[in-house]
Amino acid sequence: MNPDQPVAGARHERRPLDGDAMAALVARDIPRGAFVNLGIGRPTLVADHLAPDAAVVLHTENGMLNMGPAARGDEIDPDLTNAGKVPVTELPGAAYFHQADSFAMMRGGHLDICVLGAFQVSATGDLANWHTGASDAIPAVGGAMDLAVGAGQVFVMMTLFTKRGAPKLVPRCTYPLTGQACVNRVYSDLAVLDITPRGVEVRETFGIGVDELAGRLELPLMAAGS
Amino acid sequence: MTARVYVDADEAVEGIRDGSTVLVGGFGMAGMPVRLIDALIRQGAEDLTVVSNNAGNGDKGLAALLAKRRVRRLVCSFPRQADSYVFDGLYRAGEIELEVVPQGTLAERMRAAGAGIGAFFCPTGAGTMLAEGKETRVIDGRTHVLEYPIKGDVALIGAYRADRMGNLVYRKTARNFGPVMATAATTVIAQVREVVDTGRIDPEAVVTPGIYVDRVVQEADA
Repeated sequence: MNPDQPVAGARHERRPLDGDAMAALVARDIPRGAFVNLGIGRPTLVADHLAPDAAVVLHTENGMLNMGPAARGDEIDPDLTNAGKVPVTELPGAAYFHQADSFAMMRGGHLDICVLGAFQVSATGDLANWHTGASDAIPAVGGAMDLAVGAGQVFVMMTLFTKRGAPKLVPRCTYPLTGQACVNRVYSDLAVLDITPRGVEVRETFGIGVDELAGRLELPLMAAGS
Repeated sequence: MTARVYVDADEAVEGIRDGSTVLVGGFGMAGMPVRLIDALIRQGAEDLTVVSNNAGNGDKGLAALLAKRRVRRLVCSFPRQADSYVFDGLYRAGEIELEVVPQGTLAERMRAAGAGIGAFFCPTGAGTMLAEGKETRVIDGRTHVLEYPIKGDVALIGAYRADRMGNLVYRKTARNFGPVMATAATTVIAQVREVVDTGRIDPEAVVTPGIYVDRVVQEADA
């Protein structure tokens, strides 16, 4: 499934987006009927913004298609969880499968989109989201590397700067890589950016202009459609 | 040999040797064969290599086995979790070896072992530190990493229902690694919620055919 065409010129909103607003933007851009995997953490919020009639089918890597919302009360079943081990529900048309099938589905190109969090994304689409590389950190990769190489489109949801103000969209990742040249689009608090063979294209900005953003990132940016 | 149904979990885990590679099913606690792991703890085998998606949650199941220091080496995809404190302590103290494998590659390496595949080229992890030192090949313009099978001496898996032939069905996402691990070990021991008479499972619904299963024990005494 192809992403929708970039809008001509970048759209400007007045203020940076919060996590929910970022999730709403991702949900807006997921085509009707797409098969989608939402990563653990912030990307999970996207599910709350998918319209019921959008017929998007959620894949959870622990072995299920057409996953429903989080389970509450009597719905909680220890045999039915998402990839974050949170109890979830099943929707009509759900299917269960084992781990080798679940990942064959990813690597085989059957998933249209995955949405992942990230520590860093490079201007050429390298992704770093599994390990800080710190000597006392316990590395844990889960399905992140499989999704990065397998999903048709890889969307990243992240703030564009760390709490200390360091850019997370960088010329070259300094954290250990999850995948090379795999990210297609970044949804952030300040901008939506496409990673293209021509460079990084700005689709929309929120509370900041393209030139100022390029200055803060110290990266060349192009307006989409320019 | 067709499967044998055991009443006693301690008998079901007899013969597991020190130094064995043990495949342990489950994704978090879903599908984890806690009764079999408890029996393995009593059985006493040590110096084990355990292959499992996670590194134990809380104090039960795999976490309890780790706490007894029976595991020398852990092969898993996602050790670090909010409640993986038993593993975290051992790892930080340098008392357990860890091999991190991408989740899909972990499953496929066991699938390969069970399917008689000598090795396979996989794009996952190419260009990352998890592929360091591994042979690579560019296929169709894309770098692939050579991955070798993971074979177990023993698999301990959880399933929902078994018949007396060892045919298994699973329940919801608790299926996870069970069907793959069942193919990949010399001795496969399944813990199930119920054992039914042969013929009571719809053959169309069997997920793990009994040919893969050696021993079956119920999760709780009937």
